[in-house]
Amino acid sequence: MLPKLIIKNALRHKLRTTLTVLGIAIAVGAFGLLRTVITSWYASVEVAAADRLICRQAVSFVFPLPYAYRDKIAKVPGVEKVTYLNWFQGVYKDKQQFFPRMAADARTLFDVYPEFLVSRQELEAFQKERNACVLGQDIANKYGLKVGDVMTLEGDIYPGRWDFVVRAIYKPRTPAVDGTQMFFHWEYLDERMKQEMPVRAGQVGWYAVKIHDADDAAMVSEQIDALFANSEAETKTETEKAFQNSFLKAYSAIITAINVMAFLIIAVILLVLANTMIMSARERSGEHAVLKTLGFTGKHLFGLVTGESILIGLLGGVAGYGLTRFFVFAFSQIVPKNYFPVFILEDITIAQEFTFAVFVGLIAGVIPVYNAVKTNIVDGLRHVG
Amino acid sequence: MHAIWRFLLPAVPFRYMVGNFRARRLTMSITVGGFALVIFVYTAVLMMSYGVEKTLATGGSDRTIVVARKSSQGEISSIIDGDAVNVIMTLPQVGKDDKGRTLATAEPVVVINLEKKTGEGGLSNVTVRGVGETALHVRPHVSLSEGNMFQTGSREIVVGKSVRDLFAGTNIGDRIKIAGDMWTIVGVISAQGGAFESEIWGDSRQLQAAFNRQNTVSTVTFRMTDDAKFEDLEKAFEQDRRLVQYEPKTEIKFYREQSELLASFISALGTAVTFIFSFGAIIGAVITMYTAVANRTTEIGTLRALGFRRRSVLFSFLIESVLLALVGGAAGVLLASWLRFFSLSTINFNSFSELSFTFALSAGIVVDAMVFALFMGLIGGFFPSVRAARLKIVDALRNE
Repeated sequence: MLPKLIIKNALRHKLRTTLTVLGIAIAVGAFGLLRTVITSWYASVEVAAADRLICRQAVSFVFPLPYAYRDKIAKVPGVEKVTYLNWFQGVYKDKQQFFPRMAADARTLFDVYPEFLVSRQELEAFQKERNACVLGQDIANKYGLKVGDVMTLEGDIYPGRWDFVVRAIYKPRTPAVDGTQMFFHWEYLDERMKQEMPVRAGQVGWYAVKIHDADDAAMVSEQIDALFANSEAETKTETEKAFQNSFLKAYSAIITAINVMAFLIIAVILLVLANTMIMSARERSGEHAVLKTLGFTGKHLFGLVTGESILIGLLGGVAGYGLTRFFVFAFSQIVPKNYFPVFILEDITIAQEFTFAVFVGLIAGVIPVYNAVKTNIVDGLRHVG
Repeated sequence: MHAIWRFLLPAVPFRYMVGNFRARRLTMSITVGGFALVIFVYTAVLMMSYGVEKTLATGGSDRTIVVARKSSQGEISSIIDGDAVNVIMTLPQVGKDDKGRTLATAEPVVVINLEKKTGEGGLSNVTVRGVGETALHVRPHVSLSEGNMFQTGSREIVVGKSVRDLFAGTNIGDRIKIAGDMWTIVGVISAQGGAFESEIWGDSRQLQAAFNRQNTVSTVTFRMTDDAKFEDLEKAFEQDRRLVQYEPKTEIKFYREQSELLASFISALGTAVTFIFSFGAIIGAVITMYTAVANRTTEIGTLRALGFRRRSVLFSFLIESVLLALVGGAAGVLLASWLRFFSLSTINFNSFSELSFTFALSAGIVVDAMVFALFMGLIGGFFPSVRAARLKIVDALRNE
């Protein structure tokens, strides 16, 4: 009998219930969006391969390492393949367009990064041509670039005008892999440096090292760093995951701020629902007294009020989940791809949304339940709305 | 003004509205709380974004010029070669101090990793700037607050106040490793809360050598002579073949651009989110006001029967809702204003290094927040007020 009464009660003030559900839905949607911003931020860490090490200059990654390190690293036991990259940056079209642009070793890049899928044909075409480049699928789509097009960058770290021919377009293996990067031949960069700024030739930004067994990561890292200890360019080698994590930590203040906002939103949901429940319970204090007179106990009243509260919370949660899907979709359309290369609603976020919806329902019922149980029958019957 | 009030409020007594607050204390305070939360977040976001801008703009002058490579997006991606530096230093617009020294500083700027103090902080990036001997005269808002300035030609450095607070092992007398060598910290600099407090400064020639930069620098900053015009300077850069790839900007403009990316990111994200969840608070207010109307149907009927016009009833409910929103808004702003005593640090996208900044409040932000609250109150109160105004006297009085 109780469930039926709960539903009847919830539907008594249709407008009020609808508005409450709507309010909760919007807040749940915003919560989901914020949490998705955060999980997407961490997405790069999640997909980082455990069997890949990043070896960079110990002082900071803005300093280069000698090209000569390559062969030494390759000889370390446990190392399968070594590739090397330089952060090129540069300006494409105007300064607002940022996506990673890097010089890389064309022969080994895709062996070390198998999550970037390139057809054999395109890969060979890319490897053959000195000023060819590879684009991520998302970037190619965004700027309408096709194989055979010319892409011009204005260099900043490496001054001058740089022309590239698009020879390949890579696809991310899973949706969580970044599809917004651009790679070109390291040799092309190095040749021009030899002519224009000889002191900057023969330099590598960092090495990416694929190892045979992920369990050896710590050992291999140590051995690599030991090779170059006390040299002019000491190295710091760590797993890609640790490397990415150190980047994210730098933004921890922003991430914390977003998290705080997400949880303040829960507070807003709570306020909206509690408000509704308190108002309903006050109007019904006469009825509650009647129920008590009929022999219903505090337990029943608790079930009645809390049940209604949880029901409304849950309805809001369901609607909010739908809204989250919409927000996430809209956000990924509006926000430039390069802010969040990967933007996916995760299962854990959905679970959190429903947990909070139920939890808020439970809490919002506390005051009205307390009032309903505590008020004695005579006062309850005498009460005027 | 008075006439307008007479029109809007033909005297539904103000006390009646206030009395309502008292009678429904709990729901009213919950509604106010909802508004307060939204305004708190909104204000906090604006304060954060403004804080970043302010930190980078502090001490900036339009008589001080920063020269960087045209396409560079920040100081670390700018390169100026030694020959060009010499040309810039001898431009007629470059000021001199009373000892005849050029008021210009050619600066190599790099980023190094240091260990943060807080447990989980790990490594973060710090800007290291090599400066010339007149750097403190070029930037008068920067001053030595403790210890001594580094000796020219030695491996000594001074650290910004925020660097010392944020990073481990950065007190006076400590030694830190930069480019394979140990450098001794001899002093602490402060910059009236500006961005230079998040940097480490050393002798530019020493740092050039340590970082194997030969004679190239990242940027050149100089003070213009009193009679120099910025337009002439721009022309000089456009016409000189040796300078054409570089661009002079006033310090104010240069640093505003440095903050743009981060500040706009924060405010875009924050505003979008506040906008979404302001709906939550508005709906809360709608529910409260609808209920208030429903509970007071008989009273509304009585008021109308006494001769009060429909619009008086409409405005009395609307004003009640706006009042709730404004009280909530004021509470939210007040709460957010406490954030001024907190400082945050995060990586600035442009300099790629840790920037510490304080939440900053401005009159504009307060006005924005209150206007937003007013707006929420109007929207939230509109439909319930219309319903109240449209009640028929007979029906309203018949209501039990």
